[in-house]
Amino acid sequence: MPTTAVAFDPSLPWQKARSVALRPEPFGALVYHFGNRKLSFLKSRTLVAVVEALAEHPTADATLTACGVPEAQRGTYVKALADLARSNMIEARTSLPPATRRLAADACRQADQPEDS
Amino acid sequence: MTAVLPERPARPIGGRLVDQFEYGLDAPICLTWELTYACNLACVHCLSSSGRRDPRELSTAEAEAVIDELQRMQVFYVNVGGGEPTVRPDFWHLLDYAIGHDVGVKFSTNGIKLDKDRAEQLARTDYVDVQISLDGATAEVNDRVRGTGSFATAVRALENLAEAGMRDVKVSVVVTRENAGQLDEFKALTDRYGAQLRITRFRPSGRGADVWDRLHPTQAQQRELYAWLLANGEQVLTGDSFFHLSALGEALPGLNLCGAGRVVCLIDPVGDVYACPFAIHENFLAGNVRDEGGFQRVWQSSELFADLRSPQTGGACTKCAHFDACRGGCMAAKFFTGLPLDGPDPECVQGYGETALAARDKELATPRSSVDHSHTGPVRGRPTLLGIPAIPAKLCDESPLAGADLG
Repeated sequence: MPTTAVAFDPSLPWQKARSVALRPEPFGALVYHFGNRKLSFLKSRTLVAVVEALAEHPTADATLTACGVPEAQRGTYVKALADLARSNMIEARTSLPPATRRLAADACRQADQPEDS
Repeated sequence: MTAVLPERPARPIGGRLVDQFEYGLDAPICLTWELTYACNLACVHCLSSSGRRDPRELSTAEAEAVIDELQRMQVFYVNVGGGEPTVRPDFWHLLDYAIGHDVGVKFSTNGIKLDKDRAEQLARTDYVDVQISLDGATAEVNDRVRGTGSFATAVRALENLAEAGMRDVKVSVVVTRENAGQLDEFKALTDRYGAQLRITRFRPSGRGADVWDRLHPTQAQQRELYAWLLANGEQVLTGDSFFHLSALGEALPGLNLCGAGRVVCLIDPVGDVYACPFAIHENFLAGNVRDEGGFQRVWQSSELFADLRSPQTGGACTKCAHFDACRGGCMAAKFFTGLPLDGPDPECVQGYGETALAARDKELATPRSSVDHSHTGPVRGRPTLLGIPAIPAKLCDESPLAGADLG
């Protein structure tokens, strides 16, 4: 395992890496990192919403709550985010979280809307 | 309207990615774009029967429009090939244009244009990958199929790229009966230039059909290849092209699935969209990027691709214990050897392919592509696999007195 691997702590603020693009797919999304050219997949639309919404919430934990991830599935989602952190698809955020009142689950709800096509 | 369409199975929710991929994606993951049919070489096994430029090839403006569309569809990179793509005068412009539009380029070349200047230019360019084709780890093995001097050209290109500091260069090898025993040598050669080895499966496509019987690896070689891939797979790229070998036991890394029309397709030099780079045949032609709606319409709405985007449910292979591992193998390999698409791959490692090949109706000709741009005149350094062409070395050799000692 590379020593550069980023440990994932869900109690910290995270965001989709700046050099990463998400492409919506029927089952979730394709994730592409323009820097290391790695390709990955998000296998559920909720996970796509979580990744998109990370930057809008003070912590990854808060994002999972806001996106309505059921308690029973939390572990699976944390593991998925940890995998994404390890492959640099998401990165630790140093900027201050947005104001609490902007914290609405809107980021999620929007992502759940059908994509324009 | 929908009532008259044949019913197609609905995509499952959740589950394995490989099962999702069977139903296709909104845009390809792996798009091959052949920029020209023109090529300075005349490789005996050319998958696209390239040689001469086609006058209908996409113009610079049309190619730019395709790139614009790929950017909109978020196709993050394309595999550019040909023919020899670098002989297109606007190749370097299109390369920059694609990169400038978030479409990364990985291009395959025989190295003919990669002099020191171009090597330095590439080393300075972010988001480009170079893949040098080589089908023998020695000039002797390589040049028999790719042409005299082609090994030297490829090695010179590798030297230039290494000298310029270009990173992650790939050496792309089609595994044949003649080079299957050279895998370690290929690895050593690529290591020497700090490059990465990429090996892919030889298919009976294009001129490959003419030499498939003599060049496709034997069953014993396939087993050795499988063992080699299990031992070295992590450091070697394969384009996931050897998934038919997974039926030997442990699944090979990557996507073990035929991606044709599902996650993969080909845009050929004249803009025709085929299900896969190895399937240049009217049966697998989905449309043309010049059609109304462009590439996106072809990818998302063509009847052919819709047909390909469902799991195989019938045919002999679905009853096989190894079906989940190999998924019936390569569509193009079956098609161009005259086998049914829902039956075994001609190189089925369980031996069903050989049985199927033997049971073929000898009266029926195997399907051939009508798309052929092979050189018709003499080519410098023509490959010798099929024998030395009957072109006299010197005109006077034809004279009845040539060589006669008249002294």
